Amino acid sequence: MRHLMSPLDLSVEELDELLTLANDIEKNPRKYAHACEGKKLATCFYEPSTRTRLSFESAMLNLGGSVLGFSSADSSSAAKGESVSDTIRVISCFADICAMRHPKEGAPLVASSKSSIPVINAGDGGHQHPTQTLTDLLTIRSLKGRLDHLKIGLCGDLKFGRTVHSLIHALTRYPGVEFVLISPEELRVPDYIREDVLKKNNIPFKELERLEDALPELDILYMTRVQKERFFNEEDYVRMKDFYILTKDKLSLARKDMLILHPLPRVNEISVEVDDDPRAAYFKQVQYGVYVRMALILTLLKWR
Amino acid sequence: MLNISGIHEGFVLDHIKAGMSMSIYKYLKLEQLDCPVAIIKNAKSNKMGKKDIIKVECPIDALDLDILGFIDHNITVNIIQNDEIVEKKELHLPKQIVNVINCKNPRCITSIEQELDQIFILTDSKKEIYRCKYCEEQQKKKINITR
Repeated sequence: MRHLMSPLDLSVEELDELLTLANDIEKNPRKYAHACEGKKLATCFYEPSTRTRLSFESAMLNLGGSVLGFSSADSSSAAKGESVSDTIRVISCFADICAMRHPKEGAPLVASSKSSIPVINAGDGGHQHPTQTLTDLLTIRSLKGRLDHLKIGLCGDLKFGRTVHSLIHALTRYPGVEFVLISPEELRVPDYIREDVLKKNNIPFKELERLEDALPELDILYMTRVQKERFFNEEDYVRMKDFYILTKDKLSLARKDMLILHPLPRVNEISVEVDDDPRAAYFKQVQYGVYVRMALILTLLKWR
Repeated sequence: MLNISGIHEGFVLDHIKAGMSMSIYKYLKLEQLDCPVAIIKNAKSNKMGKKDIIKVECPIDALDLDILGFIDHNITVNIIQNDEIVEKKELHLPKQIVNVINCKNPRCITSIEQELDQIFILTDSKKEIYRCKYCEEQQKKKINITR
């Protein structure tokens, strides 16, 4: 039996098979409409996350399975003081597979060590969110046709953004990948990403402050939200926030085939006028999220 | 020079950084052993200026010395049998340490589920970096650790 705690739990070959399965699901949804009949997915969400939970539930329903679970710690036995280890032992009796989101980092790993069903980490604090990374990879591979030889711009909060760290980790396994890291000084990638992931693997990268300087050379622009609470003073935030609003004007600097991704929710960092641009892929990305979760559920149940 | 009599079977932990012997006493749980233990503090050392030494008279399988590698791998461990040094044990950074240090990350699951073992994995032996098994928060190897 296998679990999914981090996107790196899957080898490049396993990931390739998973994404191929997701693409087959996209093309032939009927073929998979009853693939999980009689199976149940438990969504154990100790903190609210409507989008991720509904994406998992939609994925299981598309496979003909059913779903049960809770959507906040208040409505679970955690409110009575039950440990994650005990909860998963109980859930294992009710369901065939579990997707767990928890505000505490490492909680899904604890669950996986006591579980008799596959556990998927659906986000644990600021630590990992592997199905977001799988979603990003499927979107890139489906729309660009490859995961190698790409120049990827990551823009916004690169310090605290776990989706960015996971995506960098996952993409360094493919040849010819280059990164342009676009962020204010205060929100640059942590040292361990720069030193232990990028430099250690000889991955070409550069760090810029202005989005406009990076746009002309990118194959992919991955936008993230710059959060006000991350800044030490209001002045710095005001100075930086407008740098990272992607407008139609700025987009005119980009290549015609550049893809714009965003893990969502978007606040104001992508102007709504960009939504109709053929390069805007962030809502397609949500749909790919369902396909990749379908493929993941099928794969983990097969490996069980 | 202070003289402490020799031991028949046990360990002599030499070249302990001056002042660290009591921490090591605790980490090795020597207070739980019903056997002679000598702690020599601030002994003269040509190499270190001052050093601490611990002598333990006990069966040689009574102690788990792996933790010494984490605390300070420069400590010399002499294993004594029949009044003679039979081995000078080389210390390495242990691959994993359990319930020695606590994760300081307030967002870690161990911060709310106290019954979980505190497990740290060696992820970079060159930089001596350990990471929490659960949240992967880095814990740099420190000599002056407290329980």
